[in-house]
Amino acid sequence: MGKVKVATVWFSGCAGCHMSLLDIDEVLIDLAGRVEFCNSPITDLKVFPEGGVDVTLVEGAIGNEEQLELARTVRAKSKIVISLGDCAVTGNVPALRNGIPPRELIEEIYGTSRTTNGALPYEVVPRLLERVRPLHEVIPVDYFLHGCPPPAGLIAKAVLALLDGKTPELAGADLKFG
Amino acid sequence: MDKLRVKIDGRTILAAPGKTILEVAEENGIHIPTLCHLDGLRDVGACRLCIVDLYGQLVTSCTTKVADGMEIGTQTETVRAYRRTILELLFAEGNHVCSFCVSNGGCELQDLACELGMHSVRVPYTYRRERVDATHPRFLIDRDRCVLCGRCVRVCQEVEGAHTWGFAERGATVRVITDLAVPWGTAESCTSCGKCVEVCPTGAIARKGASNAEMRKHPDLVAELTERRARG
Ligand code: SF4
Ligand code: SF4
Ligand code: SF4
Ligand code: FES
Repeated sequence: MGKVKVATVWFSGCAGCHMSLLDIDEVLIDLAGRVEFCNSPITDLKVFPEGGVDVTLVEGAIGNEEQLELARTVRAKSKIVISLGDCAVTGNVPALRNGIPPRELIEEIYGTSRTTNGALPYEVVPRLLERVRPLHEVIPVDYFLHGCPPPAGLIAKAVLALLDGKTPELAGADLKFG
Repeated sequence: MDKLRVKIDGRTILAAPGKTILEVAEENGIHIPTLCHLDGLRDVGACRLCIVDLYGQLVTSCTTKVADGMEIGTQTETVRAYRRTILELLFAEGNHVCSFCVSNGGCELQDLACELGMHSVRVPYTYRRERVDATHPRFLIDRDRCVLCGRCVRVCQEVEGAHTWGFAERGATVRVITDLAVPWGTAESCTSCGKCVEVCPTGAIARKGASNAEMRKHPDLVAELTERRARG
């Protein structure tokens, strides 16, 4: 059997979920033999593969237009999409900005910062969405891994089940947020 | 007194009259999820999570008394689907960021997500934002985490006798208030007994100084207190 193609993407999140993914220890060795890591912030491959992948793990909530567009690409080109962690599942910390108009945020953060000399990034930086949304509010999601970050064991359990062609049994304590 | 005969999940059970479906189920080792119910407080049927099927109708088991011949389903597909939706609405209505909540790891709402298999919230989140009231010297309330179970209102009224907590407004804007909607620290009726802190099932009412995941509540103390008082 050919290797299973896995991609990971990183939206509005702190990279903690990716750290947890790396934290699966010796399971990584097992995965290395069975998985081809395609696009991921932890590899040098930065473009989402044209030919599509089997599984994409998504860290982070959807906070700007670029993320929204990439999320749609991810859905179109992945057989299975997994929300990895509370930011993707609920909005979590990035969603704390919801309720504050994006313009006010930009002005507060860039307008008063000495390093930007008060220049407001409206052109180079992707535009913020009116509010941060969980991944499944913008694309259909197949599985949800809860936790901030999700425990390494939970990620290993889900990925290994999928590699064996099984449905990950996520129940009970697996569904604890936070 | 003559016992009643009821059927719960197909099991025939003899029950004493005057008991609720929830009490009879619990006495017989049948678990029904609850949130607003607390042993020692009056039941009000606020959260609706304890619903069961009674002849095709959904009724709250904490407020419905058993009657002879009742046939009750506690885990039918419909009951489970409704419970899950109710729970999702509770999560969507507030603003729950478990990762930095004082009650993370010790929260009844969080536990219910595990118990009821809530993988995601399928209704849009409101991302409500209320101001935290930290005017009380020892306690605070973060209404974004309040599920309007009314345990604080009932314990303050029925056990402490202070009547500090109450509900204000209606529908989507209903909220718990102290005295006549004054800051808690200025609510003269509050004796600072801390009972509302212990019974609040979420991180809404907490002790000041408690950090992320440090709050552990003791709601059982209400049953202990009321039992001791009854004994005199
Ligand atoms: S109250 Fe419970 S569900 Fe809400 S944020 Fe705190 S731990 Fe999470
Ligand atoms: S501390 Fe005691 S008196 Fe004050 S509001 Fe809470 S339950 Fe009521
Ligand atoms: S503050 Fe706590 S006890 Fe009071 S209604 Fe809200 S969730 Fe219930
Ligand atoms: S426990 Fe019965 S309605 Fe809340």
